[in-house]
Amino acid sequence: MEFKFFYHFGNFLLMLKGMFSRPENMKMYWKQFMQQCVDIGVGSFGIVFIISLFMGGVTTLQTAYQLVSPIIPKSTIAQVVRDTIILEFAPTLTSIVLAGVVGSKIASELGNMRISEQIDALEIMGINTKGYLIAPKILAAVLMIPVLVAIAGFLGIWGGKEAGELSGVLSGEEFMQGLRQEFKAYNVFFAMAKSYTFGFIIASVSAYYGYNVTGGALEIGKASTTAVVVSCVLVLFMDYALTAILL
Amino acid sequence: MIELKDIRKSFGDKEILKGVSTTMEPGKVNLIIGASGSGKTVLMKCIVGLMGVDGGKVLYDNQDFTSMDDKEKKGIRQEIGMLFQGSALFDSMTVEQNVMFPLEMFGTGTHKEKKARVDECLERVQLKEAAKKYPAEISGGMKKRVGIARAIVLNPKYLFCDEPNSGLDPQTSLLIDKLITELTKEYNITTVINTHDMNTVMESGDHIVYMYQGQKQWEGSNKDIVFSKDQKLNDFIFASEFLREAKEMRQLEMFKDGKWRDQLKKEQDGK
Repeated sequence: MEFKFFYHFGNFLLMLKGMFSRPENMKMYWKQFMQQCVDIGVGSFGIVFIISLFMGGVTTLQTAYQLVSPIIPKSTIAQVVRDTIILEFAPTLTSIVLAGVVGSKIASELGNMRISEQIDALEIMGINTKGYLIAPKILAAVLMIPVLVAIAGFLGIWGGKEAGELSGVLSGEEFMQGLRQEFKAYNVFFAMAKSYTFGFIIASVSAYYGYNVTGGALEIGKASTTAVVVSCVLVLFMDYALTAILL
Repeated sequence: MIELKDIRKSFGDKEILKGVSTTMEPGKVNLIIGASGSGKTVLMKCIVGLMGVDGGKVLYDNQDFTSMDDKEKKGIRQEIGMLFQGSALFDSMTVEQNVMFPLEMFGTGTHKEKKARVDECLERVQLKEAAKKYPAEISGGMKKRVGIARAIVLNPKYLFCDEPNSGLDPQTSLLIDKLITELTKEYNITTVINTHDMNTVMESGDHIVYMYQGQKQWEGSNKDIVFSKDQKLNDFIFASEFLREAKEMRQLEMFKDGKWRDQLKKEQDGK
């Protein structure tokens, strides 16, 4: 497969530039933005709920498994779980899952609109399709994905507490004590900074691949897969870059 | 009125449009006909601005559309209605919402007035009963009619139809043709239809441009087309054995007044 990085990067920047124009009707753009917020936020809540609970539970059990020294207090397990979830699992793992859920939805929706000439129909009406279709999706993702990440953080920690109690690894009191040990608010800022970045990557990259689909139904599937793969790789790359810069 | 002046378009080394010029007048059904690959779809996309041209001009009422910036083009585009080959209805909206969409985006007036206009357009295409249905729940012919209703809801000056009869049965095709012709005359719209449906050519073609290998091969009306001596056009029009025989069997006068179909039917019924 030919890897045309500069071609895609240039087109991607042109797509972003094309989004900025005066909306034809602000009310319709707002309606579209709210619809995307519901689709991305509410639509992904179920999967985020499930993975967060299990993510927290598994982290607690694995941390307890590795901390076998009798001189380390059990509350340390909760401290490790808290920081692992806030720093890495909630923003990154949730975003990877959302790249699959939200990214493929955005790419296939726009791809289908392109193939079935719905985008052309909007263009003919005199609507800036990049502004009307892509900008609300990016803005909604940048707003809702950090919210989902925050929810994932809370649920992950709660899942960790429940798993610790259910398995008898540590009591609820010990877990709550560990949660309060050496808490750094900066870690939450770091997690939010990552989730804003990941939200932008997931929505914009998926929109790029969906918007530029050519061909037929097969190409929509390909674009959707490519969008998810590229989003995941960029999320992981930016995860490393932000960690190196901010921590 | 739409004027095309020496329109040229290439994809890579391949020249698709080789200098097409013509004039499309208001109140007339203007047809672009030709075999697949003759450049008629590219020509229509160039006229409406979905594709840029490499050379030449597209003039909408003497305004050069090709040299306009995006903001100026928006002004012209709001006067354009287009019916797409696949109807291009918005899947997530009902029939009523599809027709309402251009009004909500660009229309002025109260919601009640907009609703009345939508009802009027749906009434015009005889689809009021399907207003609450989604595109997935209606037939191909109904989708086309919704597409027409959406195209005319803002009272366009120009109406473009890309193969309006493709995938439709002959009766529905005739209904769509009739509807487009009536709307064209009623509102004095400049209508441009891209087709290779011979019924449309014979019934509606006030002005016909025959495209052959990216060039305008012939131009005229449905009254002239069967009398044309152009061999390429004749090969295209009378491609089927049935029509060729029909042409040979009958005096050309029968084609002139459109009675050939009735006559054929009579003879077939008689057999």
